[in-house]
Amino acid sequence: MTPKKKRFYLLFSAFTFLCFIVGTILIVLQDNILFFYTPSEIFQKNLKKNEKVRLGGLVEENSIVRNDIKISFTITDLKKEIEVNYEGILPDLFREGQGVIVKGYLRNDIFQATEVLAKHDENYMPPEIKKKLEN
Amino acid sequence: MINFKIFKYANPAKFLNLCDKIFIYLLVSMIAFLFFGLYQGFFNSPEDYQQGNLVRIMYVHVPSAWMALMIYSSIAVASCIYLINKHLLANIFCKSASLIGASFTLIALVTGSIWGKPTWGTWWVWDARITSMLILFFLYLGHMTIFNFSENTTKSGQAAALLAILGFINIPIIKFSVDWWNTLHQPASVIKLSGPSIHSSMLIPLLITALGFFLYFLVVLIIRMRSEITNEKINNLSFTE
Repeated sequence: MTPKKKRFYLLFSAFTFLCFIVGTILIVLQDNILFFYTPSEIFQKNLKKNEKVRLGGLVEENSIVRNDIKISFTITDLKKEIEVNYEGILPDLFREGQGVIVKGYLRNDIFQATEVLAKHDENYMPPEIKKKLEN
Repeated sequence: MINFKIFKYANPAKFLNLCDKIFIYLLVSMIAFLFFGLYQGFFNSPEDYQQGNLVRIMYVHVPSAWMALMIYSSIAVASCIYLINKHLLANIFCKSASLIGASFTLIALVTGSIWGKPTWGTWWVWDARITSMLILFFLYLGHMTIFNFSENTTKSGQAAALLAILGFINIPIIKFSVDWWNTLHQPASVIKLSGPSIHSSMLIPLLITALGFFLYFLVVLIIRMRSEITNEKINNLSFTE
């Protein structure tokens, strides 16, 4: 084996080995890397009382109820839904049908949010095209 | 074992000769693409149906992020060539490209943060995409630091090359983080199997700007490599005396 080939195999095996280790770590830590849980996942989680988690899903149509600065709405993953209570400033993209992520805890099956983030989807288009698509 | 025609340019003199020939064309086309692409993006492209004018940050954010990944990947390839074939020019490429890649990573992180505040409602979150991008920034910084450990570029280059190759594992993690895990960052809009999900009136300025960014990388790279080669020559002179 020439030194050149030897160097190649050494590098190749070192990189493969590292891929294997990193892959294993990522699979083991999968649950921690997830930024949020969906409504169906959160009920299977057996959360401790007042344990802080993030919940993500779509804001259900016609579910937003505003009462002064208090707001409540329903988050759904189209299988299960959870009612959310929140008090504070909402991001620009927050609207019905939009993906949102809320941080907080579950109390009596109602989610008490301390933070609301809006998710953006991967579609970009001018408003006129959006209108055309809807019609 | 690997032998391509391109390796004839591993000779620094031939490489510099080629650079001198194409430099002016690269410079002119860079200015044209950057000017046209950014002008179209900032002033002449439509608003987004959800984000309005905020979407214009995309024309800087997305090309920067692409360049950050592309430059790191090219450094990883050059590092392999340096460690296996011992071509000095590959090492000089790694040393010169690193700072440019780090700058693009920083631009992507900062513009992303500015974009995130009004749209998502937060400057920063520790989701998989954003965190892996931050790790890329630290990899670049580490890579640059190793080169600064010693005046002897050939030696420090070997350690830096090893870091670059092992760190390459982060690149597919960044790319697929939005598919593998739940993240706040949305999935890919342009580079994906099902084709771009971004309207052509926005996609075309984006691609033109991206090409401008790439040409900018080549222009700065040539300037940096040229001075680095001169630097090496001076170092070698003082060693032989």
